Amino acid sequence: MSTTANDTSRARGKAPAGERIADWADGRLGIYSLAKANMRKIFPDHWSFMLGEVCMYSFIIIILTGVYLTLFFHPSMNEVVYHGSYVPLQGQMMSEAFNSTLHISFDVRGGLLVRQIHHWAALIFLAGMFVHMMRVFFTGAFRKPREINWLFGFLLFVLGMFTGFTGYSLPDDLLSGTGVRFTEGAILSMPIVGTYISYFLFGGQFPGHDFVARFYSIHILLLPGIMLGLMVAHLILVFYHKHTQFAGPGKTNNNVVGMPLLPVYMAKAGGFFFLVFGVIAAIAAVAQINPIWAIGPYRVDQVSTGAQPDWYMGFAEGLIRFMPGWEINFWGHTLVLGVFIPLVLFGVVLGAMAAYPFIESWITGDKSEHHILDRPRNAPTRTGLGVAWVTMYMITLVGGGNDLWATHFHLSINAVTWFVRIFFFVGPVIAFIATKRICLGLQRRDRDKVLHGRETGIIKRLPHGEFIEVHEPLSQEQLHTLTTHTQYAPAEIGPAVDENGVERKVTASEKLRAKLSNAYYGEDNQIPKPTSEEYKEITSGHGHH
Amino acid sequence: MKKLSVRRRHPLAAVVVLLLALAATGGLYAAFAPAGKAQADAGSQSLTIKEGKKLFEVGCASCHGTGGQGSSDGPSLVGVGAAAVDFQVGTGRMPAATSQGAQVPRKKTVYTQTQIDQLAAYIASLGAGPVVPTKQQYGPDGADIAKGGELFRTNCAQCHNFTGKGGALTKGKFAPTLEGVDPKHIYEAMQTGPQNMPSFPDTTLSSQNKKDIIAYLHAVDSSETTNPGGLELGGLGPVSEGLFAWIFGLGALIAVAVWVAARTAKAKKS
Repeated sequence: MSTTANDTSRARGKAPAGERIADWADGRLGIYSLAKANMRKIFPDHWSFMLGEVCMYSFIIIILTGVYLTLFFHPSMNEVVYHGSYVPLQGQMMSEAFNSTLHISFDVRGGLLVRQIHHWAALIFLAGMFVHMMRVFFTGAFRKPREINWLFGFLLFVLGMFTGFTGYSLPDDLLSGTGVRFTEGAILSMPIVGTYISYFLFGGQFPGHDFVARFYSIHILLLPGIMLGLMVAHLILVFYHKHTQFAGPGKTNNNVVGMPLLPVYMAKAGGFFFLVFGVIAAIAAVAQINPIWAIGPYRVDQVSTGAQPDWYMGFAEGLIRFMPGWEINFWGHTLVLGVFIPLVLFGVVLGAMAAYPFIESWITGDKSEHHILDRPRNAPTRTGLGVAWVTMYMITLVGGGNDLWATHFHLSINAVTWFVRIFFFVGPVIAFIATKRICLGLQRRDRDKVLHGRETGIIKRLPHGEFIEVHEPLSQEQLHTLTTHTQYAPAEIGPAVDENGVERKVTASEKLRAKLSNAYYGEDNQIPKPTSEEYKEITSGHGHH
Repeated sequence: MKKLSVRRRHPLAAVVVLLLALAATGGLYAAFAPAGKAQADAGSQSLTIKEGKKLFEVGCASCHGTGGQGSSDGPSLVGVGAAAVDFQVGTGRMPAATSQGAQVPRKKTVYTQTQIDQLAAYIASLGAGPVVPTKQQYGPDGADIAKGGELFRTNCAQCHNFTGKGGALTKGKFAPTLEGVDPKHIYEAMQTGPQNMPSFPDTTLSSQNKKDIIAYLHAVDSSETTNPGGLELGGLGPVSEGLFAWIFGLGALIAVAVWVAARTAKAKKS
């Protein structure tokens, strides 16, 4: 170190340690420009915008606890005799995977708690993603420019399902073994390729000696790796697109109103991480999950009643349970429709969610950017479709637990199954119609509120004896919030003849699109919001209502 | 030999042959006849049967027929044995309130154990069947819990769930929970196969096997069972766990999110 350098720094006074570290890092990483661009990034405030955070934090918790579990878990199907501390399994033959999971549960310090945090966090992660996805759906946040991010989120949900499935199959217990057998059956039901895929996956006949080790690689490496990448991409896109916001005074399609990332959101998000961790740890400390010691080791000749998958796969279980056991024989080949149709439906029902943004944008012809969220009532057809989808999903979940519905509500399992069969089709229709009517009713109420004010509940008696309810006019902010949404006109087919008077060929898809567009924006499918003329006219004379 | 052939026409020869034949028959009978019945105290046994018959005529005959031969409302009880009576009446399933419904549920017992024994003795007198097990048969001494668990998962879990929490059968029938069921009744149920349950006679599931299963159930599904992980959530597996995760897990987190979002920093001083 030279003397001159020392002198100058002493003359200016030594910079604080933090600044010197930042300088050091900036010279190597260029963090100043990065921080300058992003530190003051604005995020709007709403509790429902934190659902994604719940997912991200539970994912981090899963990774942290998962690392701990890998230190003690042996992904092997070698048979061993149990000599651990759980008495009711003493001397039983089991796989090393099951044995090591028992070891984690009873003989590793903190093992059971970490296992339970891992498993509870997984259930909550998937539930969080489901609700987060619904929030994005019902507020229309998937519209341009966020369609790709919607797909990333959708992929995260689907990959989360399969990461969860491969995870709970690892202990090689009787319950998960039954689930793996179920999966093998679904794979086998695929025409032509089924047997090949099954033999490839299990390395021969089920269960073989390979699947735990293979699921282990998939569970701890392949799927979480992809998910981590997708999650980062998801977040980068959130930064790039900026967060959506609900309509309100001062909030436009071209700005974001909220708090800066630093320091407000850093503090909030950091604190929220610990809250999420705390809640999940508390649940894991209080409630038992997947007690594999009570379930017992997997053996192909054993099975228990009440064998359900974790909730996010319950939807697949339900599809299988309520599907009639059809099969057809074709030139000596059996096509097990009773399993294959549910397998196809599994993809179709989930795929419908992935495809929805593109379908809606095609129908409505809306290609503009949207940064202001819709209130669900202002998009009655979309909201109706969403509720119909959720209804279908929930009915299928009921089907997946049909035996527990039967025993706990003293019903016949056949009656529950038939209910599910019928309501799988009827339920979504009822839900769609009811939701749409409710949305339109709420739109009418908003219209009334804008034009006539808020009902105060105060009854006034006029001098001539008439009773009226006093309506209080809304504030300017409220009026803005209730009337700021855009109302679209349905897409027209266009003139039947072109500018030269030649008859134009109208394609079937154009006709279909016009019809569907009418279902979204047609006369009966949205209530015209009050215009300023209407508002002026009605509020010009006082005392009218 | 000559001596014998000379005396074969003796006036007492027929008597001697008859005596020999009787002794042989009696001896054979004594050697092969069921020991329990032969040694029973005939006097008190017949009195118990008599009392049982009286109870039967009042409480059971309307469905099972006056001689236990059965009717359109109830099956014949000839040959079901004392164990079946002790199980059905001892768990309150019999007398059933009605022959309608998918299945007769367990309910409060209406007879005392003495009365049940009397009924059982009467039914057993109608035809031989499984007898009521002794405490030595169903007690915990000498039981192998782990073996019992293996047997339970192989033979019972299909209907009664991993740890005997019960499950659904077709058309409203069900396999009941085994929690809080008297070990004797579990033994008898295996022996006799009540309602929809298959029977597991000693040839299928030995007495020792039954003892093991009972000991296993006591270990995993009784008031003395400990749950190292915390609340058991009904022991029903992923359905109740999923409900719990949604309601208490995600529910709590959404409540926390609402709380955090409501406590916002002020952008400008006001």
